Amino acid sequence: MKAFAYERPTTVEEALGLVADGGTFLAGGTNLVDHLRLGIRSADRLVDITRLPLDAITERADGGLVIGSGVRNSDLAAHPLVRTRYPFVTQALVAGASGQLRNMATTGGNLLQRTRCVYFQDLTTPCNKREPGSGCSAVDGFGRYNAIIGTSDACVATHPSDLCVPLAALDADVVVVGPVGERRIAFADFHRLPGDRPDLDTTLEPGELVLAVEVPPLDFAVRSRYRKVRERASYAFALVSVAAALDLDGGVVRDVRLALGGVSHRPHRASLAEELLRGGPATPEQFRTAIEAELAVASPGEHNAFKVPLLRNTVVDVLTGLAEGSAA
Amino acid sequence: MTGHEVDVRLTVDGVERRLDLDPRVTVLDALRDELGVMSAKLGCDHGQCGACTVIVDGRRILSCLALAASYDGAEVTTAAGLGTPDLLSPMQQAFADRDALQCGYCTPGQICSAVAMLEEARAGMPSHVSPDVADTDVDLTDAEVRERMSGNLCRCGAYVNIVQAIQQVAIQQVAGPDVAGTGGSAA
Repeated sequence: MKAFAYERPTTVEEALGLVADGGTFLAGGTNLVDHLRLGIRSADRLVDITRLPLDAITERADGGLVIGSGVRNSDLAAHPLVRTRYPFVTQALVAGASGQLRNMATTGGNLLQRTRCVYFQDLTTPCNKREPGSGCSAVDGFGRYNAIIGTSDACVATHPSDLCVPLAALDADVVVVGPVGERRIAFADFHRLPGDRPDLDTTLEPGELVLAVEVPPLDFAVRSRYRKVRERASYAFALVSVAAALDLDGGVVRDVRLALGGVSHRPHRASLAEELLRGGPATPEQFRTAIEAELAVASPGEHNAFKVPLLRNTVVDVLTGLAEGSAA
Repeated sequence: MTGHEVDVRLTVDGVERRLDLDPRVTVLDALRDELGVMSAKLGCDHGQCGACTVIVDGRRILSCLALAASYDGAEVTTAAGLGTPDLLSPMQQAFADRDALQCGYCTPGQICSAVAMLEEARAGMPSHVSPDVADTDVDLTDAEVRERMSGNLCRCGAYVNIVQAIQQVAIQQVAGPDVAGTGGSAA
């Protein structure tokens, strides 16, 4: 690991000042410390933000939640209002990493974690995300984990977060602060597609700090589900994942939220499928038609073509389960 | 920006320690290389195996990914602080009773993880296999123990007996926490 200076501010203002000229924020460290050790990243100065007052979960007047960026994954998963009002958020969190990592990893860090593309993590291979302009080894290499939606010639990596999939479905906001003050970023605008700048995962400006994630109220999220499909039963990243919430009026879909993980450079909100489902019958056939329309834009390669039927089947199963659950 | 050393205070297995550390030093490195506490093991150094698990302020963490400077002021409990050879903690005793190890390398991490995991379960923490994540009443079935311990690998494959050892302690705790507390400062 390359040498770095270490600072531990206690106020947000102090933290912004320390990061302004070449500092790097450190929160739970579960991704960054590993990357510093592997040489994937280097830092001149780590600005430890774990002592900032950003570790609270508060309820908004409208019933939504403000989740401080320093809230640990385990605390978020176990929070009474999260597990009862937004069960798919808790399900996504406990589907990720391990008990030890969830005690360390923070909400902000979860949003900002880097891809687990094998080439990104292998310093001996070219990677445009790690080293812009060096090329993409994954496009023609081992492609099992590659994205199938929104890829570019420069990058086919997926966003690895579980938590971000239900947050995308919930239309959360990310509240950030930087040198020019505070701003809110809609969740759909927070993570970006790779295009010709795969080194940029998000639309955060240099020096900006995530303060909180705000989740608006969504009554029917009490009937929500996160399903993660992976190559072993626990402690693995998703091949694909699905976050869904379903609101039924009799046998008709009044409203639906659907987001997909493991398919794109960002959590993928399945807006077209949602649109096709609203007002229609809540049947497996209809669910299948809708997700097939959504996945028509998918452009898988030889090794990850399985993701298309896997996603289709998982979405149909999750929505069917939610529909049957609400009928009961 | 500042000097190369950071002043770090840690309470390790009940003893206050003060260290001047390079900011790159992890809690694991501090324990083993600076303080000679060898029960926390270096496995993958990567956050994937769980051998380095220690309990910090009541919570299990991976000491290989924890920069010591970031944990200034923390209370660290390693497996060596849970009991002594003459007076094993209930979890240590259960691992011995059930032959829940072969080579033993992952065992200190397994034990720290298990002790803190039982506290999580008692506090109602949900898991990936919980039928209803809103339910705070945790039934530590085989599937629950395996899921909650999935961050601790055992390359000898002693999992069957590890699960039984942990369940033995869980049952003892329900029967009478005074008789079979988890021992040490992590209880």
